[in-house]
Amino acid sequence: MKILTTRMEAHPTDSHTLERYLETDGYQAARKALTTMTPEAVHEEAKASSLRGRGGAGFPCGVKWGFLPPDTRPRYLVINGDESEPGTFKDRQLLERDPHQLIEGIIIAAYAIDVHDAYVYIRGEYPKPARRLERAIAEAYEAGYLGQNIFGSGFDLDVTLHLGAGAYICGEETALLNSLEGKRGEPRIKPPFPAIEGLYGKPTIVNNVETISNIPWIVANGGAAYAAIGPEGSSGTRLFSLSGHVRKPGNYEIVMGMTFREFIDEYGGGVREDREVKCFIPGGASAPWFTGDQLDIPITIDDVGNAGSMLGSGAIVVMDETTNVVEAAHSIVSFFAHESCGQCTPCREGTSWLEMVLARILRGEGRPVDLDLLLDVSDNIAPGLGWPPKMTTICPLGPSAVSPITSILRNFRSEVEAMIPAGVANG
Amino acid sequence: MADPVTITLDGEERQVPAGTLLIQAAQDEGTYIPRFCWHPRMKPVGMCRMCLVEVDTGRGPALTTSCTMPCTEGMVVDTKSDVVKKAQEGVLEFLLINHPLDCPVCDRGGECPLQDQTMAYGPGESRFVEEKRHFEKPIEISELVLLDRERCILCARCTRFSDEVSGDPLIEFQDRGNYTQVLTFPNEPFKSYFSGNTVQICPVGALTAKPYRFRARPWDLEAVESTCPHCAVGCRISVQSSQNQVLRFLGVDNEPTNQGWLCDKGRFGFEYIGSPERLTVPLVRSSTGELEETSWSAALGVVGDWLQDLITEHGPDSVAGLGGARGTNEDAYAFGKLIRAVIGTNNIDAQLDDGLNPQFLAAATSRATIPDLDAASTILLWGPDLKEELPVLYLRVRQAVQNGASLIVVHPRRTGLDDVATVKVGYAPGQGPDLLASLRAGEGELAAARELLLAGGAIVGLVGRTGLTEDPLLAEGVAAFVRDLPEAKIMPLGRRSNLFGALDMGLAPSLLPGRAALTSAEARSDLSVEWATPIPEKTGKDAAGIVAGLEAGTVKGLLLFGADPVRDFSDPSAARAALEAANLVVAVDQFLTDSSQLADVVLPAEGFTETEGTVTNLEGRVQRVAQLIAGSGQARPPWSVFEDIALALGSSLGAESVEGIQKEIAQVAPAYRTVRWDELGWGDGREGVVVPGDGGEQPLHYVPVDIGLSSSSARLALHSARTLYDDGVHVRHSLSLAKLAPGAFVFINPADGARLGVADGVLARVTGSSGSADLEVRYDPSLTEGVVYVPANQDEGWDLGQGLEIKLEVLS
Repeated sequence: MKILTTRMEAHPTDSHTLERYLETDGYQAARKALTTMTPEAVHEEAKASSLRGRGGAGFPCGVKWGFLPPDTRPRYLVINGDESEPGTFKDRQLLERDPHQLIEGIIIAAYAIDVHDAYVYIRGEYPKPARRLERAIAEAYEAGYLGQNIFGSGFDLDVTLHLGAGAYICGEETALLNSLEGKRGEPRIKPPFPAIEGLYGKPTIVNNVETISNIPWIVANGGAAYAAIGPEGSSGTRLFSLSGHVRKPGNYEIVMGMTFREFIDEYGGGVREDREVKCFIPGGASAPWFTGDQLDIPITIDDVGNAGSMLGSGAIVVMDETTNVVEAAHSIVSFFAHESCGQCTPCREGTSWLEMVLARILRGEGRPVDLDLLLDVSDNIAPGLGWPPKMTTICPLGPSAVSPITSILRNFRSEVEAMIPAGVANG
Repeated sequence: MADPVTITLDGEERQVPAGTLLIQAAQDEGTYIPRFCWHPRMKPVGMCRMCLVEVDTGRGPALTTSCTMPCTEGMVVDTKSDVVKKAQEGVLEFLLINHPLDCPVCDRGGECPLQDQTMAYGPGESRFVEEKRHFEKPIEISELVLLDRERCILCARCTRFSDEVSGDPLIEFQDRGNYTQVLTFPNEPFKSYFSGNTVQICPVGALTAKPYRFRARPWDLEAVESTCPHCAVGCRISVQSSQNQVLRFLGVDNEPTNQGWLCDKGRFGFEYIGSPERLTVPLVRSSTGELEETSWSAALGVVGDWLQDLITEHGPDSVAGLGGARGTNEDAYAFGKLIRAVIGTNNIDAQLDDGLNPQFLAAATSRATIPDLDAASTILLWGPDLKEELPVLYLRVRQAVQNGASLIVVHPRRTGLDDVATVKVGYAPGQGPDLLASLRAGEGELAAARELLLAGGAIVGLVGRTGLTEDPLLAEGVAAFVRDLPEAKIMPLGRRSNLFGALDMGLAPSLLPGRAALTSAEARSDLSVEWATPIPEKTGKDAAGIVAGLEAGTVKGLLLFGADPVRDFSDPSAARAALEAANLVVAVDQFLTDSSQLADVVLPAEGFTETEGTVTNLEGRVQRVAQLIAGSGQARPPWSVFEDIALALGSSLGAESVEGIQKEIAQVAPAYRTVRWDELGWGDGREGVVVPGDGGEQPLHYVPVDIGLSSSSARLALHSARTLYDDGVHVRHSLSLAKLAPGAFVFINPADGARLGVADGVLARVTGSSGSADLEVRYDPSLTEGVVYVPANQDEGWDLGQGLEIKLEVLS
């Protein structure tokens, strides 16, 4: 069962064109919504679908739309295409290979929540996806699917594409809004949440590219049909980015509910050189790692959450038995230290400190005390070191850098200790 | 106050106003939550994370920044739990890991919030063994401020101040993460009139001020609260000295005047106090024509003899007094009493033909206070560029606009407030009467302004002279218009620090002490009883009359008190000629100015920080100035110099102490009778005392009248206005500020330049009513067409006069 990638699989060379899109029932769902349904009815279908956000937090999409204050206008819809989580590359494929599916989703969503200005924010490192979407938007305008009086329904919608300038933090929704407004990409203090005070201080819904790409199917087939796919709480299909030590890394759209082991074997072709899985990240670089003996956890939002991690942005990174976990953790922590916006103290100072200590251990200059130091510095960023994390920070970027630290020190402490030279004092 | 809500603060129930930020509410209840980025005068940002506390709003306790959390009913707050302590300790450790521990050589050491809060809330030792972050050590971001990015803890107080409060967003965060740093933009220095505030609110020593850098350790400083001596706003300041040298002024937060802020002229304009150029010994012109040092008794003997001769031979009206707007009320009162009661003339003026009608300035009716701006719906500014002349009032108007007030600005060129003005109208000096008629009628571009003024709600009219060539009567016409609007109050604008106090003490030909009119027989009679001497009835000469009288020989003797007419009078050459023609000029001054150099006797005066007393600001707010250091050499307080001159004339002012003079003012000056002098101490209120408009027995209810002026027909009209930094005596002798004066240029509208064939950058000869100057031309598109702008008092050696007519000839 596939929803998002059917067209690109059937038509690998031209699934991104308007011509092909129209030939494969494109814009029929939007036409149906705008000409035969009330906005409330469309919103009801979204709620009935139980579609949960695909950007990371997994918040139910229809419920989020319902947070908009009823009387404030204008409202905005912002599509988060700042796909920056290491290991995640699914939105790229949706933008590049089926941009009209996204545009159609935007039209329907905008209609449902009475928005007339939508923005798509795409990371600056995605020039090709951005070009494809830019062209698709132009085609949609020309065909009358965007602009004024769409399908003769009297509904108007403008879509603006904006390219980021290369900052991971702009994937955080409030930093994205600041960036879109031309300000420094720094997260805002929440509350207020964007649904109340978002872009230019107006009520704003921020949805992920994949989330909105599901909307045309939901309107065409009904929310209930979508909800019926997959296990409860993880309905619908989902696009996972599989990478690391597997034979066939790539994006795979699956119905949730199978185990990680099944997914890695069936879709990823198993681990390279038939090695054992030492550990894997179930949902992007921010997520706490699972070990090889957790491979039989089913891929659902709730099962992964209950096991102390998250499905997050749908990036599964597999590390085999040859992996030096300190190097792996250092690589991720370096990323977060580099991407910290610098606004709040614990993240700005803490992520760099963690990175420096790990680097020192890798250089063979670690001290026995460094293991507990790493944990305590982490604790000052994410008090209690639990999941989901508590935070001394403004946004979850700081606690994201803590995930690899706790992962290696809880699961592979002896390996870290083994990297500390013998006889070194704590000094 | 908002409705109270009940919160539980560390186990105790407290009533606090709903919506108050938790950090403030807790502080008001006696619980201090540590903080770095939060500042009560700026919007919260929750960045430093130092103020984390546990807040439970029904979903269990969560770490929350108390600076961003408004108080709501039932909130349970724990500021001291183990979780909170660990978080705060953690934040401090994070702030310290990259902070250089160069406290022994840091200006902030000893008064540093980072040091203090580390002692109170921080860990005992650092666990950080890595290399600290490095940046180039202090970089000069302006002529006054240096930035050490290694010390910076990135709280954004400075950047927010510059953007939110002062409207000069010239410093900003750059780069990100661990390399985030505050910087200026390329080739754009932090050239702000308010830059020193960022140094004061910096919670570490990242921003330091050149005039204070490495000059003292905080624990060696003596401090006293006082009132800034640089303009008529009257900002509260803390004056700080070490070893009898004034080293620093800091802003003191008080709601009515400055809310803690200062302009850089106020903040750094203390250097003149310790200038080696200060007068230290009395000087008397010898037979060779040189000013020679002498003793006080000899100098006073000469003054007494020569003055007595003039009075005997030519009558009291042959003597006149100029100045007094820069001293204290007590100095001004003594000066006025000397002139009126001892010498016996009404020839006295604190203004130098560069201000407004004293009756208008001192009027007690419908007068606005600074806090009235906060409540105004519409503010009309038809007067000077506040950013240049009354900078902290500019901040207050800007704040009022941010809080929702509409602002109308009428001025011949761009002003600091144009960016936030709802309506800005430019005009040519001389065309004011026509413009006022259009405003009354709501014609043309003034229709929108009139609509705002009639939209309802409180109105404050800030009314003054837009420039020196503007007819002083225009302001009264504008005030008359504003006065007739519903709910309107007027704030007449004057610039010199104690101008309003001097006028209240009677330093104007038409005014007696306490805002009483000389024309009132009752006022004269009451005063003559108090002073036990008749009050001369004949109207005295104002500054223009005195200068003309000296030139004509009808006035022969002149007492100058802190006045420099050769620089400040409307026609400087006439002032020079007048001083040269005088039989006797006695100058009581701190420096040998262009004017006191021409005096026959120069008596060295103590000044600000060296004497005590009170001053009155443009609201009529009486505030104390305090003494901190000993005066320079043999200099003496001006009031005692005037008493000695009275004694030398065989009389006495009865002035024995500042307090004694205050008691006499309370007794004698009608409007000051209800001033509670005992409330002037700096308690928690710090508000001073506003002289009540109607409390006195004979208050001056001057009603501004519509003017019968007609607009001029000048083809090119001169606009000349003061800049914050100029060649005035205090700036000239404050070396850090002196170099900031913009210098003299002639600014013209590019359209006029094209029409007249005057290119940008050429040298042109500018000829005004009383002189000419060769100046570089600068194009300024903000100027109204037909207006030529030359900043006032920028350089020695030339003056254009205050006539409207101006000519331009290209020289190169």
